[in-house]
Amino acid sequence: MRINLPVVVASAFLLAACTSASDDAADSSSGGDSAAPAQSSSTKVAATPTGAKPGSQLDLEINVGDRVFFAYDKSTLSSNGRTTVERWAAWLKTYPANKLKIEGHADERGTREYNLALGERRANASREYLVSLGVAPNRVKTISYGKERPAIPGSNENAYTQNRRGVAVIDAN
Amino acid sequence: MLLHTENIIRRAGFVLMTVVAALALSTVARAQLNIDIVTGTIKPLPIAVPDFLAQSPQAQKVAVDIATVIANDLERSGLFAPIDKRAFLSQPAALAVRPNFVNWKPLNAQALIVGEVKLAADGQLTTDFRLWDVFAEQPMTGLSLSTSPSNWRRVAHIVADAIYERMTGERGYFDTRIVYISETGPAERRIKRLSIMDQDGANHRFLSNGDALVLTPRFSPTQQEITYLAYFNDQPRVYLFNIDTGEQEVLGDFPGMTFAPRFSPDGNKVIMSLAENGNSDIHSMDLRTRQVKRLTTHPAIDTSPSYSPDGRQVVFESDRGGSQQLYVMNADGGNQHRISFKSGGRYGTPVWSPRGDLIAFTKIQSGLFHIGVMKPDGSGERLLAKGFLVESPTWAPNGRVLMFYKQNRSDAQGRGRNSRLYSIDLTGHNEREIITPVEASDPAWSPASSR
Repeated sequence: MRINLPVVVASAFLLAACTSASDDAADSSSGGDSAAPAQSSSTKVAATPTGAKPGSQLDLEINVGDRVFFAYDKSTLSSNGRTTVERWAAWLKTYPANKLKIEGHADERGTREYNLALGERRANASREYLVSLGVAPNRVKTISYGKERPAIPGSNENAYTQNRRGVAVIDAN
Repeated sequence: MLLHTENIIRRAGFVLMTVVAALALSTVARAQLNIDIVTGTIKPLPIAVPDFLAQSPQAQKVAVDIATVIANDLERSGLFAPIDKRAFLSQPAALAVRPNFVNWKPLNAQALIVGEVKLAADGQLTTDFRLWDVFAEQPMTGLSLSTSPSNWRRVAHIVADAIYERMTGERGYFDTRIVYISETGPAERRIKRLSIMDQDGANHRFLSNGDALVLTPRFSPTQQEITYLAYFNDQPRVYLFNIDTGEQEVLGDFPGMTFAPRFSPDGNKVIMSLAENGNSDIHSMDLRTRQVKRLTTHPAIDTSPSYSPDGRQVVFESDRGGSQQLYVMNADGGNQHRISFKSGGRYGTPVWSPRGDLIAFTKIQSGLFHIGVMKPDGSGERLLAKGFLVESPTWAPNGRVLMFYKQNRSDAQGRGRNSRLYSIDLTGHNEREIITPVEASDPAWSPASSR
């Protein structure tokens, strides 16, 4: 299986994968797409499915891509984003016992409460597309973190691009 | 000196008597020593705040400490310039003795505070003070307070409030508290704790342990309660928190996230946003009946609601026009209309002034954040503070001072954001940091005399 990984993200991902394999989803991986022009040049990187248990969070992160990205102040899925969500749907079909919680996040360039609402919108955009692909609504929950849990620190465009995201995590409940 | 008691005010644990000079005839004749705080350009008024006179050795320390807290309150307001104590030519002899004004005029002290403290046999701390107009050689106001010695900082704040009120004609705001969010740790795993302190940063207390993410606390106008957003069990919901008992409860049983809560001016309702299927709308909940009323139905983001002080209107933000802007509606949801129209700006976090005359907001324009105010009809916009990120204005109960938080640009490792609280005068002058033990955000000012 292959994932479509932006160049600038690739190194961050490899570094993260080496140094913090036990971290949670928000910190360990940056698969998926980018809606930002800055990241439009991308390369195909073959993922190495090292020890990711099929159907696990790590499997989702490494072999499927656990996140989609959004443009500034937008909550519509890009074509890359839709492709990622389609892979989530296929993955959920393969692992019928799994449920997802989709986290919606925003960059730091908005007000706190607006960003909570925006994160909710982003999480819901992914959820709605999953449901339209035939995933049972009760298998997908959403949660918004607004600007409270950036994936990447720093006040720069690269960080903002990666922080405007929806992240799929296995819902244990 | 002729003094009489005008009235007795009771606050929890306090007995206060306002003392006013019975000099009605002479006060008419002279020019009043007043501070005009409306026009903006203010030269701080020189004021002498000597150590209070201790009526017993045990009261010596508190007599000095009270004067220090009063001087600090007055200085930080930007309206007063307390004179260096080392320059004093003499000390007041006694509360009941007319000051020797000849010794205060050379310092250009326009006003002089003379106070004394007693520790009574029953353990009560009694504080008396007089405010003097040095050049008119007249008493301006006075106060006598009795309370437990542990309340000595509040005594000082109440005295400072009385002086501020007498000099400006506006209510003081020194005997107030701030609830806010303490922040530690890296941006990706920020630990946030509900926190409370006096408005000058004293008596700091953490109210939560940091296990759950907490945001946007707001004071009840009537109770020892806070409403805020907490992520207990990974579910973002609005909670009520009792400051005295530490008990809390979730507000309502909603299927989705509730956020952006604020109390109504009478304390009987909480207004907040509820997110359903990705759409955020504004709802109010009656705290007695628990009845919920939906106020907006637009598919856009509707959030950050804030009541007018008469409770009849609500200002909120919405992106229904394509970008984040301010709107006003009736408290029942009727007559929703946009009030922010300046091109090129996004507006958020509106807060209605307790005086009703202005709405404070956060504005994002040209890559910078601003704190500003406008009239409720959207006219008269003024920007007071700006920075890489300034957000979350909150009003002092007298509607003259705003507090907000400021966060700096951080480097690629996340260093340097240094989120801190600041206050600023409504004129845009006198920006001051409020010192907190760790980084801070989301301040909310208590109502006047909140305990």
